[in-house]
Amino acid sequence: MIREILKDQRGHVRGAVARAPIAAPHLRKDAWWALPLTVVIVLGSFVVYSTWAALQNAHYYAAPYLSPLYSPCLSASCLHPTFGGGLPDIQLPIIGILSPAFLILWGPGLFRLSCYYYRKAYYRSFWLAPVACAVPDARSKYTGETRFPLILQAFHRYTWYVAVLFIVFLTWDSILAFRFPVPGGGHTFGIGIGTFVLWINVILLAWYTFSCHACRHVCGGHVDVFSKAQTRYKLWHAITRINETHPMSAWVSLLWVGFTDIYIRLVSMGVISDLRII
Amino acid sequence: MPTFTVRVFRGTAKGGDFQDYRVESDEGMVLLDVVHRVQATQANDLAVRWNCKAGKCGSCSAEVNGKPRLMCMTRMNLFQPDETITIAPIRTFPLIRDLVTDVSYNYEKAKQIPPLRLKPPEPDGTYRMMQDDIDRAQEFHKCIECFLCQTVCHVVRDHEENKKAFAGPRYFIKIAGLEMHPLDTLNRTPFYRDAAGVGLCNITKCCTEVCPEHIHITDNGIIPLKERMADEVDPIVWLLRKFRGGRKEPA
Repeated sequence: MIREILKDQRGHVRGAVARAPIAAPHLRKDAWWALPLTVVIVLGSFVVYSTWAALQNAHYYAAPYLSPLYSPCLSASCLHPTFGGGLPDIQLPIIGILSPAFLILWGPGLFRLSCYYYRKAYYRSFWLAPVACAVPDARSKYTGETRFPLILQAFHRYTWYVAVLFIVFLTWDSILAFRFPVPGGGHTFGIGIGTFVLWINVILLAWYTFSCHACRHVCGGHVDVFSKAQTRYKLWHAITRINETHPMSAWVSLLWVGFTDIYIRLVSMGVISDLRII
Repeated sequence: MPTFTVRVFRGTAKGGDFQDYRVESDEGMVLLDVVHRVQATQANDLAVRWNCKAGKCGSCSAEVNGKPRLMCMTRMNLFQPDETITIAPIRTFPLIRDLVTDVSYNYEKAKQIPPLRLKPPEPDGTYRMMQDDIDRAQEFHKCIECFLCQTVCHVVRDHEENKKAFAGPRYFIKIAGLEMHPLDTLNRTPFYRDAAGVGLCNITKCCTEVCPEHIHITDNGIIPLKERMADEVDPIVWLLRKFRGGRKEPA
């Protein structure tokens, strides 16, 4: 009997072929546009500021602090080369010497660009696909991440490997932030406000980098039988906890990078002075 | 008792429109109760699918003020008295009548998923799993198949042509649960990459936002599937597998 009823229902159901004829593109009444607009303003402002700061090729070092936008500083003309002599400068027409920031910013830039959280943020806010849940896509065609160039998002894993290297460099910069130059030559141990700024910066960036979904997968998520891989299971469990805060870490670390650069820039320009605690 | 105006879609795929009903709501009522009151007092022929009234059967999915929700889990004190509440059928699927849609797309997608292929039993003829092994997959088993995630997913909601090649979030967590199963021996990567179309998902997380069971569909289901796809082209993972083994058989 039940089988017959289901059969009838299935036959009836197959008669339905078209969606509800509702003319309005969406029926949301709330301020669904507020969050994407905020993302456009904040993320857009950071991109504009960091591009401007990278183009300056000046005021990115105020001894002993190196701006994270220029670290590691690889060019020979660096105010504070990370590796001794540095690479030969690249001369470009009109622009002149290529800012050393452009030699390294592709690393963290690609990491954030392919980050699963940022993808949500910019697909919604800039791509408008979709701008908000149950609000239609702006474009009529959609192929997601199946074609070039968006298929390259699958390589987020590699950008994470690179981002881990940057954490090493920034930690080294933060250690050097205890090493203040002495007039007449030499260095002495010290702590300034900038030391805290740089340490907070690297801690926030490490929080963001190690709460990444790719990190979670590589460290343990790929395992199917956790009971036979206890170390990876514990690692996965720990990363899962911080992964839940990944969106928060994405924003906080981004804004602090900007703040760190501004702080070092202002100290370097003499607009503010770095307060020495020790 | 507060009185609301509920604006309900009435009609079929061939034609229809929203109709307003003034209805009183008692304390503790949910939206499904109000719809039933409309049905009992003003519109006896109003078609609405429901069953448990407890958020466990997944039948009463609708779009309330434009957001996909279960009507039985939408308390009336969410709304301001005298507010007009719009109730539409879930929009991704063909309409049968009023608030009832044909969700058979989902059942067709379910049939395509390669099922669990168990590894050989232990020497004593039994299977053993530790709780740690199945915690991840158990989250996905909370799914009540309300299809709110399927209807909100813009891949098929806004692009009907993608339905052929896209299984949708509900079935990505089903596949993820199978892939993470400690006794499974099948590699479904080619299936969910090619036939189920996980690459069409752009991680905008609307599925997670509407899930009444609060399943982390994107973070715990879809992203791990995308990462497993990335494993196929990661030389470090390839090298580790050379030493450790652990590859499953292709479907």
